[in-house]
Amino acid sequence: MNELDQLYQQVILDHAKRRIGSPLVDPAAGELHGESHQHNPICGDQIRVRVAVGENDHFTAMSWEGDGCSISMASASVLSEMLPELTKDEFLDKLEVFREMMRSRGAMVPDEEVLEDAAAFVGVSKFPARVKCAMLAWVAAEAAMLGASA
Amino acid sequence: MHTVIGHPEATEALSLSEVERIKADFEILEHQVNGTDLVYLDSGATSQKPRCVYEAEQHYYEYANSAVHRGAHSLAVEATDIFEQARETVAKFIGARSNELVWTSNATEALNLISYSMSNASLGRGGDEAQRFRLGAGDEILVTELEHHANLIPWQELAFRTGATLRYVPVDEQGALRYEMLDELINSKTKLVAFTHVSNVLGTITDVARFVSAAKAVGALTVLDGCQSVPHMPIDVKSLDVDFMAFSGHKMLGPTGIGALYGRAELLDAMPPFLTGGSMITVVDMEHAEFLPSPQRFEAGTQRVAQVHGLATAASYLDEVGMDRIAAWEEHLGAMLFEGLSNLEGVRVFGPSGIARIGTVPFEVIGVHPHDVGQYLDSRGIAVRVGHHCAQPLHRALGVSATTRASTYLYNTEQDITALIEAVSSVREYFGV
Repeated sequence: MNELDQLYQQVILDHAKRRIGSPLVDPAAGELHGESHQHNPICGDQIRVRVAVGENDHFTAMSWEGDGCSISMASASVLSEMLPELTKDEFLDKLEVFREMMRSRGAMVPDEEVLEDAAAFVGVSKFPARVKCAMLAWVAAEAAMLGASA
Repeated sequence: MHTVIGHPEATEALSLSEVERIKADFEILEHQVNGTDLVYLDSGATSQKPRCVYEAEQHYYEYANSAVHRGAHSLAVEATDIFEQARETVAKFIGARSNELVWTSNATEALNLISYSMSNASLGRGGDEAQRFRLGAGDEILVTELEHHANLIPWQELAFRTGATLRYVPVDEQGALRYEMLDELINSKTKLVAFTHVSNVLGTITDVARFVSAAKAVGALTVLDGCQSVPHMPIDVKSLDVDFMAFSGHKMLGPTGIGALYGRAELLDAMPPFLTGGSMITVVDMEHAEFLPSPQRFEAGTQRVAQVHGLATAASYLDEVGMDRIAAWEEHLGAMLFEGLSNLEGVRVFGPSGIARIGTVPFEVIGVHPHDVGQYLDSRGIAVRVGHHCAQPLHRALGVSATTRASTYLYNTEQDITALIEAVSSVREYFGV
């Protein structure tokens, strides 16, 4: 597989089209929820992410709307699929692993057990200019989580 | 051999063999990128440099390096000669006198120089002479919706600092300036009109005379952004009749870190300084200082002599090839680009038709984000620019957040254009659109 095909793995291209979790869903009354709007000033990509947190710090939903490249949109889609299975701490752990992978310049072999479909973004780490694209939804989800209130 | 129709005297463009010879002067264009020959179509962002430019810089460091306008030793004299000779060369290149050319670090600094000088005048600096640079509530600054952020934000900030109002000439949905609004927008309140000569996104050429005559009728100052015109077409500031023009060195084969501001001598000499410090004064005591006339008034601190020398070498190189012939060649390449991309299914080319352009063409591949288009092209060795190109308001007016932009220069061949068009034609298939 050449570097371009590693960057644009089929999983990524599929998610970029399916956009799981988009558009935004209004939070239910009384539900603990947070929202964050993130921009990538370099390319103008932007995303608004909303997360809902239920009992025992367990995420119940992530929804989003955005405008951006296939990497940023696919990353949001993949995260939307993963997040409702996770607690806040589990998400923060995965975020750390994902971030480490993104900084690895292609050197890290991703742990698919931990990263699930997000492991497909390993090819992005060889393209430093695109790392921000992959991180955008994750950073937004983290900010939304930290700012969550009822 | 290509001739260009529509010029007053159809100028003969560069011949294919001449372009090949020119291309051989650019070391970087002989390199491979991602295992394939480099096709460089991002000269609108920055141009490549011929060997003579960086050899000139190297020569300066090897034989003449010294501080200019100070010191009595031989090297200082040599460096000062090189520095001032370069000013004469570059001034002549745009039809100006050498005391009308101020060195800046780039075009952005040149535009900020005017903006901050005018704020300083508005605070009372510069005395009576600086009267016409003063702004306050009720005054208007006019820009256009086409502008690069560098010719927008300095004026927004100037308006905030002085209480003046910023207005703009809008574009239509194709990106054409709405000239019919000039009569209303340029009025007795207008003190300054800042506009681009060539859109950095669309490549379209502005009707400068229309802006200048309207501005002159009300006594407003004119500032032209020449970043995309000076490298690509013959420029004579006196016949353009603008008061100021900013341009950058790195877009015209010169080094990075050097740009220039042209200003009519009587204006520059009446303006208060922007950056202050050494080398721009006559007498200094502990309470105040008196300033040199322009251009030294605006050149505080140690100057970029090597870069200035490199830029003058670049201007001489362009002059030798002939700016009219470069313009004709790029018009040919631009037309090839425009037509070739327009004919592709699923590709939309931006910009109005029927307006003269340089070899700059922005486009979108429907259903594929520009960032992905750029990445795909890069994998085939083709360098283009993607994003908002520092012109967010224009993109908003065009109804998109980003575009892909191909831009040419004198070293581009017809094969470069064909390679781009061929590669763009397979983008949609790759991304499964």
